[in-house]
Amino acid sequence: MRFIFLVVVCLGCLAAANAQTQVSGQVTDKAGKPVRGASVGIKDSYDGATSDSTGHYRFTTEEKGMQQVIVSCIGYQLWERPVAFGGSALVLDIRLKEQASELKAVVVTAGSFEASDSKRTTVLNSIDVATTASANADITAAIRTLPGAQQVGEKEGLFIRGGSGEEAKVFIDGTLVNNYFYSAVPDISQRGRFSPFIFKGTVFSSGGYSALYGQALSGALILETIDMPERSEASLGVSSVGLSGGYQYLNNKKTFSGGASYAYTNLLPYFALVKQRVDYFKVPAYHGADANFRWKTSKTGLLKFYGTFQANQLGLRTADIDSAALKNAFSLNNYNLYGNLSWREKLGDNWRIYIGSSFSTNRDDIQNQLQNHQNEKQEIAGLPWNIKTFNALVKGSLAQAKAVLERKFGGLTALRFGGEYQYFHDDLSYYDTLARHNIINDHFKAAFAEADIYVTNNLAAKVGTRVEHSSLLDKANLVPRLSLAYRLGNLGQASLAYGIFYQKPEKTQLVIDPGLSYTRASHYIANFQKVTATRTLRIEAFYKKYEDLVKTYPVLNNNGYGYAKGAELFWRDKKTVKNVDYWISYSFLDTKRDYLNYPYSLTPNFAAKHTASLVVKRFFTDWKTQINASYSFATGRPYYGFRYDAGTAKYEVFDQGDTPPYNNLSLSINYLPNIGKQNSKTFVVWVLSVNNVLNQRQLYNYNYSYNGMIRQPVRPPANQFFFIGCFFSFGVDRSQDIINSNL
Amino acid sequence: MKKLALFFAFALLALGGFAQSAKYTAAMQAQIAQLATAYSNNGFPALANSFERIGDAEKTQWLPYYYAAYATVMSALMEQDKSKTDAIADKAELLINKAESLAGAPNSELYVIKSMIATAHLQVDPQNRWMQYGQVSADNIEKAKQADPTNPRPVYLEGQSKFFTPESFGGGKAVAKPIFEKALAMFSNFKAAGELYPTWGKESTDYFLSQCK
Repeated sequence: MRFIFLVVVCLGCLAAANAQTQVSGQVTDKAGKPVRGASVGIKDSYDGATSDSTGHYRFTTEEKGMQQVIVSCIGYQLWERPVAFGGSALVLDIRLKEQASELKAVVVTAGSFEASDSKRTTVLNSIDVATTASANADITAAIRTLPGAQQVGEKEGLFIRGGSGEEAKVFIDGTLVNNYFYSAVPDISQRGRFSPFIFKGTVFSSGGYSALYGQALSGALILETIDMPERSEASLGVSSVGLSGGYQYLNNKKTFSGGASYAYTNLLPYFALVKQRVDYFKVPAYHGADANFRWKTSKTGLLKFYGTFQANQLGLRTADIDSAALKNAFSLNNYNLYGNLSWREKLGDNWRIYIGSSFSTNRDDIQNQLQNHQNEKQEIAGLPWNIKTFNALVKGSLAQAKAVLERKFGGLTALRFGGEYQYFHDDLSYYDTLARHNIINDHFKAAFAEADIYVTNNLAAKVGTRVEHSSLLDKANLVPRLSLAYRLGNLGQASLAYGIFYQKPEKTQLVIDPGLSYTRASHYIANFQKVTATRTLRIEAFYKKYEDLVKTYPVLNNNGYGYAKGAELFWRDKKTVKNVDYWISYSFLDTKRDYLNYPYSLTPNFAAKHTASLVVKRFFTDWKTQINASYSFATGRPYYGFRYDAGTAKYEVFDQGDTPPYNNLSLSINYLPNIGKQNSKTFVVWVLSVNNVLNQRQLYNYNYSYNGMIRQPVRPPANQFFFIGCFFSFGVDRSQDIINSNL
Repeated sequence: MKKLALFFAFALLALGGFAQSAKYTAAMQAQIAQLATAYSNNGFPALANSFERIGDAEKTQWLPYYYAAYATVMSALMEQDKSKTDAIADKAELLINKAESLAGAPNSELYVIKSMIATAHLQVDPQNRWMQYGQVSADNIEKAKQADPTNPRPVYLEGQSKFFTPESFGGGKAVAKPIFEKALAMFSNFKAAGELYPTWGKESTDYFLSQCK
């Protein structure tokens, strides 16, 4: 008994010697809201507690004297302070500062849709592109279901917010792509040359884009190629329009990958089945080969190469608009070579470097002639006939290099700066009644700087500037780019953006008059958005002012001008209906411009007042099938017949109106029979798609005869497009190798 | 008797070294005991903090960080607000990396947690993340099995993954059931490597097995 008593006494002494201090208090954030789940503790001691849902905590400790109190919580900066412990109860209220984190911080988003495979919620990724029913795996076609882009079917390009197709540019891994689309064919829009699957990230900017890019009045499509593939893989595709195959290698350490692929597309069998409005005397046929490598030059360094070579041809006959007895025959042979080499590396803790370079060369051999009904060449003197027989050889090359340095300053604040150099070499030959040959070279240089300034986690600014000089124009420009974003708590965030954007006139105009100056647009954008993991809401309003647009008469000049204003809505929801992912976009556009041969300021024929799209995707787990539908609508676009009046020496509008509204319902089905099979080395995707399921009449514009007496509607070569394909990938499953090399 | 008692009492007062390891063991045992009820009272975040404090104070023990990572990834898996899951899973990853560097070499239990971290990321957006994180999760289950073929936890995780995979994707209750049965048999034969080593998973296996009927 006495033994127990003694022990109790001694334990009592022990307790007295180590008198306990009770610590309690509340953990809050800067706004005074309670922070739950914060760990409050004493350095090098087990003692501590976790704050409850009201932010309160309480613990006792035997520590004495000055001790370091440490408070940590996910999403907040570490809090550390020396506190004297002496036995009497302590009340310690703690205010935590939010940690700057890419996931939580406000993002400067006015004007741009960012889509990447990173953890941040994405708007569109490569799978989204491939499963947008109307897109047929064409990136820009999928972008057309986003607000800001027009449903233009007669010409390639992104027509953004009242801008023409030439006013939007595409960048791959930071550098400009000169011939992103297949070469133009009259009245038929062309696809992009690049598969969505080589890209991991897409930023679609419908205005106010970063100072790192320039020379696009409207917007930019910024594409980033994938880094390392997941595994080595062979692929094979068979479809109603062609064949493709490739192999991608990945080494065991995942430090090097290389691959090549080839695709052949020929529309002969398809056109035999599905009647086209135009008579193809040379059926479109495309050869495309590409090669790539990606090499981790260090733990943080990556060198990437992607290159493609493409050759294609087509020839088509249409009824000649000036004479029922004649046909117009157009043929095109195109060769395109593109290569992109880029390297990025971290230099120390705070610096990053990015160097990109690319080279491309494109050759279009175009022949046009008048033919009779026996398809024999006809040569007729006098206008308009004599200018319809022509040959053109259009050769263009672009070599460029770009370097960007980034310095991080704690949190997310960063400064980026650098420069780029582009060398354009264009060689244009044109023979009709005359022979013309022009070579134009441009050494284009730009320097830029941009800072991401995080005042707090809730308030950020992106401030940038860019200076450009074109040797051809012999003119420099300096532009500001500014955006601000403010987070409205959990409600979402609001942003504003402003910028000036310059663009060189088109080379066909510069050939005639190299004295032309830059065209110019100013953008003002206000945006609200709320993004959660499963839902995105975006509302954006903009005003754009165009100055110095190129006019083509009386002589080429920079006296064009215009404006565009509008409002846009985007809503994407993956949550409300199980297994269903849908988005809705709506754009209102009010724009007028006086450019080219417009007699006065007019709404251009590529601008519809109202455009809306609904895209729905549903995966049926039991059938291993995804069904995708998209519906696009646009109100009629204006069309104009212009005629030159020699008396007033001006163009005048002799006919105008609006085309009927545009409607397009498309469906696609993806069947993935092998999905979910454990250790399955073969992955198969069946794709079936129908564009314009309801066979609705689509009319884009009118062409007018020389005398203005006849007009012909511009319509797609066929109302509908059908596609069926089967794509295999044969993965070399190396999980065993990975296990062995790690153990 | 008195002398003995006095000796004991003084010993208690003077016990630096012994107290430290006894204190460590006792603190760990107390926290480990609470893991069993953490499901029902959402106790994982607080336990994660406690384990992390022990780990930070001890500096050389990998088990506190292992348990901190386990409790953190469990709270990531239980988090209803999917926009928070990634940050919590990232924290678990940080903790498991600390555990791994102290353990010196990867081991089966560490792979188990890594698999669960990948599953937590996967849950945020299964359709888009399946290709990436599904593979990482499965790879880590395989590595855990290879590193210790007697460890029942990777088998339990495999069963759980099958349980939640739709039948048409090669999963379902019928597929999961024999795996859970195998895990259960392994749990009864499993000998933890030491006093504080992980033993969790048997109750969950029982639960899932009851759901397979």
